[in-house]
Amino acid sequence: MIVRFWGTRGSIPVALTSDDIRDKIVQALLKASGRSFASSEEASAFARDELGFAVKNTYGGHTPCVELDLGGDEYYVCDMGSGARPFGAHLLARQQGRPATVNIFVSHVHWDHIMGFPFFGPAYVPGTRIRIHGCHDVLEHAFRLQQAPPCFPVEFDQMAASMEFIQLTPGKTQVVGGLSVTPGLQLHSGDSYGYRFNVNGKSIVYSTDSEHKLENSDEAKRFADFFREADMVIFDAMYALADAISVKADWGHSSNIVGVELCQMALAKHLVLFHHEPANSDATLERLLNETRRFEELTREGPMLKVSSSFDGMEIEL
Amino acid sequence: MSLVSALDGNALIVGLKGRLDQDNCDAFRDELTPHLDTAARDHLAIVLDLSQLEYVSSAGLRCFMLAVKQAKTFNGRIVVAALQPMVAEIFQISRFDMLLNVFETVAAAKAGVATDASDQKK
Repeated sequence: MIVRFWGTRGSIPVALTSDDIRDKIVQALLKASGRSFASSEEASAFARDELGFAVKNTYGGHTPCVELDLGGDEYYVCDMGSGARPFGAHLLARQQGRPATVNIFVSHVHWDHIMGFPFFGPAYVPGTRIRIHGCHDVLEHAFRLQQAPPCFPVEFDQMAASMEFIQLTPGKTQVVGGLSVTPGLQLHSGDSYGYRFNVNGKSIVYSTDSEHKLENSDEAKRFADFFREADMVIFDAMYALADAISVKADWGHSSNIVGVELCQMALAKHLVLFHHEPANSDATLERLLNETRRFEELTREGPMLKVSSSFDGMEIEL
Repeated sequence: MSLVSALDGNALIVGLKGRLDQDNCDAFRDELTPHLDTAARDHLAIVLDLSQLEYVSSAGLRCFMLAVKQAKTFNGRIVVAALQPMVAEIFQISRFDMLLNVFETVAAAKAGVATDASDQKK
């Protein structure tokens, strides 16, 4: 199975500016420090091997959309943020006209998590079967509402794919195609739900838009159980801890620190930082990743927890 | 966790020892309460001496924040001082070094709160 990140930013899509690009070029030139390259291959090797991630790459700016690629004609994806547009293009290119079934798992219906659906190409292709899973009773209403006039030119019912809304129950495990899924209630305005997926002996937790109140040890234990020994936990690490529990308390998000602590409690294997603050630059996100790894090292008492930071286009094979 | 305190000029120095995490947060807050009462009554600043604190979790950091908030209700002040390297790193990574007043040594903290007290009298 491949976990493929199509959108990793929180709240609103962002893009690099001209200034951002120029700064990256300046940093690369400084790093090259007068060196010359005989070929584009040599220059590529320099960029690949000697430049930091934030100089040679970008974390990207699409809002949440994470694919669990099990192969075949049936697809599984968490949330339909703006990353759903490139995911749809990828799906259509891979299918080459063959009909597909797309299973969508919706954490909640805030706009950044459904805004990509009207731009999801497969929804306009006859023969595509789309099954939208979630725990909110307003799930269908929200998907229809964002395409209702005057907000969007194509109404939901005009899309060619067959659509089905499937209500899931928190805490109840259900088999969907080639995987089993268990939703878990999370603290967020209007509620959100995390999903624990089990596929071929591997477990992945998708837990975004989830605030953790540190005074509630029972809740921490509940989440540790939800994350228990997961192979990967995709975690809302939008804010610094100091912000998350002071000026941004009750905003419905969490921090890298709490992500490490919960994963350590749970003996999870791999923490993936997710739902990046839109104001954070690539350099800031790279620094946060390094700090998170250091925090994990400082506080480690059991096995090592691998820490990564998600970026648009990242693939992790499990 | 047992807190050790000493009065030094206009500062009440309160020392923490060991670990501060989910398991002893409530005990810490309970033990700090009489010191907060003393500070409120006698117009003292509290300097939390962390030189013996080996580890602080997110829940422990939250306790510091709550104590500072509580002190503000009586116009009081709490600062932290003499962090061990590991605790200092945790403060920096969590950005608590930007939320709380952090001093390198207890002496520097005492001087800092003394200056503030002097400014308030002007």
